[in-house]
Amino acid sequence: MPRWLAHLIVLALLAVACGWAFASLDMTWNWGIVWEYRQAFWKGWWMTLGLALAALLASSLIGLAAAVMLRSRFAILEAFARVYVELIRGTPLLVQLLVGWYVVAAALHVGTEYRAAVGVLVLALFSGAYTAEIFRGGLDAIPRAQVDSARAIGLTRWQAFRLVILPQAVRIVLPAVAGQLVSLIKDSSLLSVLSIGEFTFAARNVNSATYSTLESYLPLAAGYLALTLPLSALSRWLERRFRYEAA
Amino acid sequence: MNLAIHDLVQRFADPRSGAQATVLDGLELVTGDIQALVLVGPSGGGKSTLLRILAGLDVPAAGTVVFDGSPLPRDEQALIGYRRTVGTVFQAYNLFPHLTAMQNLLLPLVHVHGLTDAEARERVREPLERFGLAAHAHKRPAELSGGQKQRVAILRALVVRPRRLFLDEPTSALDPEMTGEVLDMIGELKTAGTQFVLVTHEMGFARRVADEIAFIADGECPALAPPAKFFTVCHEPRVVAFLERVQRG
Repeated sequence: MPRWLAHLIVLALLAVACGWAFASLDMTWNWGIVWEYRQAFWKGWWMTLGLALAALLASSLIGLAAAVMLRSRFAILEAFARVYVELIRGTPLLVQLLVGWYVVAAALHVGTEYRAAVGVLVLALFSGAYTAEIFRGGLDAIPRAQVDSARAIGLTRWQAFRLVILPQAVRIVLPAVAGQLVSLIKDSSLLSVLSIGEFTFAARNVNSATYSTLESYLPLAAGYLALTLPLSALSRWLERRFRYEAA
Repeated sequence: MNLAIHDLVQRFADPRSGAQATVLDGLELVTGDIQALVLVGPSGGGKSTLLRILAGLDVPAAGTVVFDGSPLPRDEQALIGYRRTVGTVFQAYNLFPHLTAMQNLLLPLVHVHGLTDAEARERVREPLERFGLAAHAHKRPAELSGGQKQRVAILRALVVRPRRLFLDEPTSALDPEMTGEVLDMIGELKTAGTQFVLVTHEMGFARRVADEIAFIADGECPALAPPAKFFTVCHEPRVVAFLERVQRG
């Protein structure tokens, strides 16, 4: 059976199951009133896209830096990174966002106009802790012989890292990092607790204005899928593109 | 090259017990003015450890190494400079798997020796032809045979025009046929006048290319002689026992 046909069949089954479930609830849909708020959805969706892209970039950099620190010869750097990773991974993002905004940002007298920036930073720190462990695993997977070869041809430590170690590690961690980025996009919905006008915040507002819960939240699911599915596809494509066997 | 090694000591901590193991134990080795030095001896005797020090990859715990009157530096910055003047080839995994053979050759030329991409390509064109590797230049290491990988690795060490090469058992991971093609290449280097230090278990080849053979065992160098003498009139008991073992095997 061709792959696309298999996918189509699974999607059709899913549609039948959902259709049956909604039909048996005997719901009266109220799409008309929600449609009037389409601009709010649209604005929120773009906001989420922007926030996620910024957090995605920052969390990759933070994760990479933390991964390098985790492998550092210097105990203090390793300790910093270890405490960061365990603290962040062990606590809920919700608490981190509230502490980040109402405690840390407040203590630093950060103005409310920087609300979104602080939110992105906390989100990036959160996701970076996971990315750090992924990157560390990837870096550890590069054989010692590669480091020797890089040194033997006269590369500096930084050149060896940039030209030899990192490109190989990135290929190893690509699938796992892509999964983490998908999580990050969905986790950005929690930024709504800081009243940042992103996608979920928009859906909540529409819901409280129209009392049409599912009509407000189903478009939300579709909107997040529109962000995450291309990312998954991109990751699979990159994986194929960069595939090579260990030599 | 003139190589003079005095009182060389190297120790490693055993990763499990943490106990210090002495791999080189006051090694003394002074060659004549030779082109090719071959290191032979039993496994675990210290050959590779010695070669890593000569190649500037490891710093010895004590002792001095002097090539042509200049002592090897001990600080990392100076060692990077030193490594840029020599070439080193290991048993295996020399090539970077994410790069093609060509990119492997260009990397040190462009990023270490400051050539432009065009200059570097020009530099490697003729050697690739000469060693029959031009048709494989676009391949990644995974698509090359073991022998081709080692020849590309030797070429990568060679195209930067090093003062000398260090070859650490370059054929021990290869089957006999591929061993032959790599040894032929090294033989050609000898004819072309390239200076090298080679660690090998191929005794016939050692005899053919070496100007002097150093026997390394128990962290020392109990015998150093030109091949003719080494294989016939050397009476050092460890050498005699080693040669008997090798010839039986």
